[in-house]
Amino acid sequence: MREASRLAQNGEGGSKHVAAAEQQTESLRVKVWRGTQEGGFDAFEVPPSENQTVLDVVTYIQRELDPSLSYRFACRVGMCGSCAMTVNGRPRWTCRTHVSKVTDGREITIEPLRNLPIIKDLAVDMAAFFDKWERAKGSFTPSADAAADFAVVEPTSPKRRAADEAIECIGCAVCYSACDVVAWNPDYLGPAALNRAWTLVNDVRDEGQAERLAAVSGDAGCHACHSHQSCKTYCPKALNPTGAIAGLKRLVAMATLRGEL
Amino acid sequence: MTSAALFDRRSTLRRRAHRGFWAFAIHRISGLALALFLPVHFWALGHAIEGEARLETFLRWTDNPLTKAAEFGLVFLLAAHLAGGVRLLLLEFVGWRDWHQRAVAATLGFAALVGLFFLLNVGA
Amino acid sequence: MSAVAAAPARARTRLEVRLWLAQRLSAVVLAACIVIHIATIVYAVRGGLSAGEILARTRGNAAWLGFYAVFTAAVAIHASIGLRTIVAETLRWRGRRFDVLALVFAVLVFAAGLRAAIGLYR
Repeated sequence: MREASRLAQNGEGGSKHVAAAEQQTESLRVKVWRGTQEGGFDAFEVPPSENQTVLDVVTYIQRELDPSLSYRFACRVGMCGSCAMTVNGRPRWTCRTHVSKVTDGREITIEPLRNLPIIKDLAVDMAAFFDKWERAKGSFTPSADAAADFAVVEPTSPKRRAADEAIECIGCAVCYSACDVVAWNPDYLGPAALNRAWTLVNDVRDEGQAERLAAVSGDAGCHACHSHQSCKTYCPKALNPTGAIAGLKRLVAMATLRGEL
Repeated sequence: MTSAALFDRRSTLRRRAHRGFWAFAIHRISGLALALFLPVHFWALGHAIEGEARLETFLRWTDNPLTKAAEFGLVFLLAAHLAGGVRLLLLEFVGWRDWHQRAVAATLGFAALVGLFFLLNVGA
Repeated sequence: MSAVAAAPARARTRLEVRLWLAQRLSAVVLAACIVIHIATIVYAVRGGLSAGEILARTRGNAAWLGFYAVFTAAVAIHASIGLRTIVAETLRWRGRRFDVLALVFAVLVFAAGLRAAIGLYR
């Protein structure tokens, strides 16, 4: 049984026809998803403040208005990716999203990340996201003589450059959430897992390339990508999974033509 | 509590509101339309098998503004699909460069011009 | 994954990779064919379209027949693979049954196109 919406003590919704000067002090109207896949939106009024982020808004709601709201955050300074949610339809880090940048008419809609099972309210189960990371062979496979001397990796080499351009991923699942192919194709490994596989494919120390190329090809792998570039558009670290996936497509094509796959 | 649904149409459309998705949407929709048009196209041309007179009768039948408008649409769809396809081939085989975006936009513009040229030449 | 389970999965992956390659290759062929095709259309519709005009160009001309045969083959491959993807993603229809349907579509399209091309040649 859903509870009725709660409103802040300062009364029910402001008038639409406020003077421009007064708009700065007008409350934010915030809709927040409650429940799991089933549920509904609760509406809140949140007082505005300077440099307010969406994470500030969610935190205010949980601390001052409704302690039963569930959400995740950690560093709150744009480093960990834990606070990722869907804000007005777009997957973002809420600690790095200024309220002034996303409201339309002082209204914000906050939903959990898409494409992942909802545990409660704004917290999602990241297990499937990381399982696919594993399935894409997104982990380093050391060579047989790993105990030998340090590997020499030239930082300016094309392979290392390609890996370095994609290596900063912190697994926040914003790209996975943004991707329509993930929604259309349940087996699709997704942009983050494939992007990580690309960094390892370009790692000259890694010995697991054959298995990795096999893991990232086919309908669950890179060939399902249609280059919507939603991942690239929304990645908070400005990474380009579409480009990484295109690189994988080229490698797999060449391996196939050589009869290796 | 409002009655809106989770990840409703508005949420979805906002997420998709960027160039890369529009390019995909145009490419997919034009491709689907062309794939559905093909059987009709081959059926029409198949009249040639029955001789020149039969084909001529058929062509006269298509000599009306509605059909010409539809043909313009098809030429435009073809060119639009080609532009989207070129974008994909560049992305996948050459790797993305910033000028590719402008190149594809230019191709689409060119497509519109070709369609217009076709329309102007029809029955001229 | 056991070796027994891996075999069909590997075969499926190989099929997807080959279809992806075929789609890109046919795309390149089509790009060239379409440029020629549109140029021909724009030229042909000047002064109105007539069967006599079309047939005067294509009758007994092996080059046009060859062109349309290649064009049709590329279209059959490209369109059928494209439709298969659309159907899988929007209707969630996946599996051997739909692979066969896509193949049937390709064969029908090629046959229809070739029939039309031969009709223009004879």
